Amino acid sequence: MSLNVSAVRADFPILQRKIHGKRLVYLDSAATSQKPRQVLESMDQYYTQKNANIHRGLHTLAEEATLAYEEAHRKVASFIGATSMEEVIFTRNTTESLNLLAYSLTQKLKKGDEILLTQMEHHSNIVPWQQMAKQRGLVVKYLPINATGELEDFSHLNTKTKIVSLAHTSNVLGTTNNIQKIAKRAHEVGALCVVDAAQSVPHKSVNVRTLGADFVAFSGHKMLGPTGSGVLWGKKSLLDGMSPFLYGGDMINEVSFQGSTWNTLPWKFEAGTSAIAEGIGLGAAVDYLTRLGMDAIEAHEKELVKYAFKTLDVEIHGPPAERHAGVLSFSLPGVHPHDLATLLDHEGIAIRGGTHCAMPLMGLLGVAGTARASVYIYNDKSDIDALADSLKKARKVFA
Amino acid sequence: MNLDPNYVGDGLYREHILDHYKHPRSAGKLDNASFSHRELNASCGDEVTIFVNEKKDVIDAFRFVGKGCAISQATISMLSEVIVGKTFSDIMQMQREDILELLGIDVGAQRTKCMMLGLVALKNGIALYQAKREYG
Repeated sequence: MSLNVSAVRADFPILQRKIHGKRLVYLDSAATSQKPRQVLESMDQYYTQKNANIHRGLHTLAEEATLAYEEAHRKVASFIGATSMEEVIFTRNTTESLNLLAYSLTQKLKKGDEILLTQMEHHSNIVPWQQMAKQRGLVVKYLPINATGELEDFSHLNTKTKIVSLAHTSNVLGTTNNIQKIAKRAHEVGALCVVDAAQSVPHKSVNVRTLGADFVAFSGHKMLGPTGSGVLWGKKSLLDGMSPFLYGGDMINEVSFQGSTWNTLPWKFEAGTSAIAEGIGLGAAVDYLTRLGMDAIEAHEKELVKYAFKTLDVEIHGPPAERHAGVLSFSLPGVHPHDLATLLDHEGIAIRGGTHCAMPLMGLLGVAGTARASVYIYNDKSDIDALADSLKKARKVFA
Repeated sequence: MNLDPNYVGDGLYREHILDHYKHPRSAGKLDNASFSHRELNASCGDEVTIFVNEKKDVIDAFRFVGKGCAISQATISMLSEVIVGKTFSDIMQMQREDILELLGIDVGAQRTKCMMLGLVALKNGIALYQAKREYG
């Protein structure tokens, strides 16, 4: 079934906005998606009907808030094919999920152990590992990318490798990595496989059990959910053996002045009062995506990518159209990406210009930054046409 | 949509700004400069290295080498036309408003850093030069 984009668009109040008197053409969903009213209403309903702190307090509101928050975990678990909600930890965002892993998974590593990343990683999947490596004497290595921005050389993967952490889909190149294959190779040398799925889970069906990785991190706010909602999925057997990342209330079982024991999963990793409304909002986002169907969403974006490759007269970084996700980074010779973003903004078109939190990758591409247009469920071909027209104009201005 | 080739946004990329961007005045290095200084906007990658010759704390000659967006580079080019002959203390007193006057248009909050890069480079360069001269 294909997407009914005009019906989808009607659910997003912000798309009615005019920007500089023009129709808003939102092509920055890789940064954060817009939110449908169903998500906004679910949070509004929580605040107006159920607001209370969860997992404590015996009154009706506390009970209802707890149930709603736990139900959101169950929805996410089912959405990604997790065995149970115990494997689904709510965080603030992908960055926090990856920091949790970097901290907790490196506790038992020894000096000289290797962490393997790739050259296409977002800063959030580089910096936490670099910091832990500095503290513990670990070595960080990077799988190189080839001319089409894809991985093919895995020679850095060896028996010293303890953790392989990589993007499922690159937020710059639109490359989608073959996680099944890489996770298998990681396991063969005894390494764990961590996946930054921030750019994949919102856009296609991802089943954590068939993916084959040990941990999967993603952001709720890139998949119609509110900001401040993120997820870390991990295999229960591994999460059970890991140290908590944040300590305090709600993550403990028993506390004395001498010491403490930890709460059960997933709460062991959710210290303090959670972002309750945001968690509930993420549950509503998952409902919305499920109703549309992830396969239909993927097909819709593929169609737009194909059309964009045909229509936009620019060099797009990364793999060819048939293997390219809905993240389109490009450079217009002689026009700095920030100038381009500003010019397009005056046409009502929202794109990202800059380094996309991937400065090492920009160095490899030999550019100071790129312009990036990214598509989602509410975009259609007219948005790509608007972008193409404005790029023509930008060329003229800077000719 | 306006596809007029002479259309330049709503004024941000008006003719004189683009002209300075495409044909920067005072581009290049100064041999035997009194001092040079590099300034960077890390978040957007704009950068400039300025070269200054001074005589008794008056700017005698100025050149720059830079790369980055039109706003950052055009502003430095425009600055170069007005700073020769100014004293260090004149420069230190220059503000955001002076740069806006050169540009003739407000660039908005997100681009303020681009617009200020040249003046920041000058002020920091002068401060470092004076400190070094005084304290060695």
